[in-house]
Amino acid sequence: MTILESAAPARRKMSDHYRVFMSRRASLLPTLAAVAILILLFIGAEIFLRGDFISPRNISALLLDNAFLVLLAVGMTFVIMTGGIDLSVGSVMAFTGIWLAKLLEAGTSLAIALPASLLAGALIGLLIGALVQYFEVQPFIASLAGLFLARGLAFVVSLASIKVENTAVLSLQTTRFRFGDWYITPTGILALVVVLIGGYVMHYTRFGRTTYAIGGNQQASLMGLKVSRTTVAVYVISGVCGGLAGLVLTAYSGAGYPRNGIGTELDVIAAVVIGGTLLTGGRGYMLGSMVGVFVYGTIKTIISFMGAEQSWTQIIIGVLLLVFIVVQRAIVARSDRRS
Amino acid sequence: MKHRLFWPVAALVLLILINTVARSQFASITVRDGRFYGALIDILRNSAPLMLVSLGMTVVIATRGIDLSVGAVMAVSGAVALTIIDSSADANSLGTVMVAVVVAILAALLLGVWNGFLVSAIGIQPIVATLVLMLAGRGVALLITGGFITTVNSTPFSFISTGYLVLLPFAFFIWVAAVAAVGLIERRTALGVLTEAVGINPEASRLAGVRSRGIIWTAYAASGVLSGIAGIIYASNIRAADANAAGQFIELYAILAVVLGGTSLMGGKFSIAGTVVGVLIIQTLESSILFLGVSSAQSPVFFAAVVIIVVVIQSPPLHRFVRRLADSVRSRRLTEPTSDLEAAG
Repeated sequence: MTILESAAPARRKMSDHYRVFMSRRASLLPTLAAVAILILLFIGAEIFLRGDFISPRNISALLLDNAFLVLLAVGMTFVIMTGGIDLSVGSVMAFTGIWLAKLLEAGTSLAIALPASLLAGALIGLLIGALVQYFEVQPFIASLAGLFLARGLAFVVSLASIKVENTAVLSLQTTRFRFGDWYITPTGILALVVVLIGGYVMHYTRFGRTTYAIGGNQQASLMGLKVSRTTVAVYVISGVCGGLAGLVLTAYSGAGYPRNGIGTELDVIAAVVIGGTLLTGGRGYMLGSMVGVFVYGTIKTIISFMGAEQSWTQIIIGVLLLVFIVVQRAIVARSDRRS
Repeated sequence: MKHRLFWPVAALVLLILINTVARSQFASITVRDGRFYGALIDILRNSAPLMLVSLGMTVVIATRGIDLSVGAVMAVSGAVALTIIDSSADANSLGTVMVAVVVAILAALLLGVWNGFLVSAIGIQPIVATLVLMLAGRGVALLITGGFITTVNSTPFSFISTGYLVLLPFAFFIWVAAVAAVGLIERRTALGVLTEAVGINPEASRLAGVRSRGIIWTAYAASGVLSGIAGIIYASNIRAADANAAGQFIELYAILAVVLGGTSLMGGKFSIAGTVVGVLIIQTLESSILFLGVSSAQSPVFFAAVVIIVVVIQSPPLHRFVRRLADSVRSRRLTEPTSDLEAAG
């Protein structure tokens, strides 16, 4: 009897832990699912595709190739967290990148050209944020105007690609800090640092909690939170991240090109959603977005290793996006029922 | 002034006037071989794809939704049509082209039904639901064409976009027929009113016995079909299925056309005539921008300015501000005579 009695509470405790975890951390599930998918993708590719998929070289290249997407995803996570969306990121990346290249070509020093291009991204973000906050324009439409504006301006700067000769910019890509077979480039370090700063701001500061609150409930201003300032700020952050991505992509390709990043906004949104951020706002994790980008990048690598059409990447990402959206909807519906 | 088509029509007339003054040949129409030629005729012809897409978008927006996948649907329907024609023995046979067009439209219908399923049956937000197809659709189109740009030389197929039917371009008749069909169905039956009811208040209309699910589903299916036809016209114009370029950014222009025509993005009341005017404004603007010698790649800057001006004019805070301003002016006018009297006394 005593054995049974002591065993029963223990079992109840296990299920209690599970229930408490599920109710408190249900929003963590999509992110955990993304991590699981990433691991499964790696193991699957290692077993079925080729034996050297899980190699330091390959994983290092993943960060290098997707650094600009990681940067864009950080800005997008802030925006989506407030329940908004920023369609302009790909165009802003193209515009700031080509403008940086143009300024450098004209002989401007990097110390002036880089802040100028980041400022350009910030200004487009400010425009979108102001339209959203002060003119009550839907984020989708406001950022659409930003998309048009930045794409057009990119072509105004130059219709053709501009080669970058600046050694400082190029060294962001060519410098490799090696640890055995592992390596990391300054662009990769930049992406990781921005993710860490973004994660800290989002999860540990008043500003970050305000973004959560705005996405969770538009009445957040009743709690004395600075809603209008924060709403504008997230779009400015996204614009600056677009500027950083422009720098990284320019270093990566060695040139500015006005057609860069057409459709990138969709890839970024997909990566953020796969990483566990709810598209309606209020729930999500910064690190999850980075995982989402890596899932996207890994699928792309696997497709190219298989020698299949790259269009499969779009289809698989589309299907993954759909699955995650449906799962998220189920989770939200359940937690709404509970409350 | 009060009529809601006043401002869109005024803008269109103004644009045409400016163009006529700036270049005399703009308004001139010449007749050659029993066909009209001229800049205005070109605008009527070139507006066909955007017109069809915008028509579907109007109905979807009226249900408080949005369809981002229209460009991808265009790419798929173009890819389907050209792959069928390309693989047939005789590309010039009318039968082959008919089959290709019908199959392509059916494929587009299928995609539209899929969007409608996600939105109305599963209940996913329209932006998100159609984003899935926007992302995956071009991939599907690329798979259909095998990653290449399929080109064909088919006289009946080219006729769709470049052919003439009694003086005017065939493409013009296609969009007029589509506008008439959608207009008749929406305005001569109760469907239009029911659509507006769903858009204004989905819950209330459901309680009132409106089958909102079916209406929303139909709207997305219609948008799919119209985008499919637009994709065929586009492919016929360039005689190729370019999965990446077909319908690129067209969702943005279509939304702009709908908004320019006075339909609110918040759903509810919609105007098909307004959308027609909106599309013509965009095409005329595009033609003017090209005339100014601006590269077509740079034209988005102008459209961005138009979008910003239009949304700011439509924005509720501006309306509140103007109303407050008008109120204060009126109240000052009411108080002024009394102060005059006081001064006189």
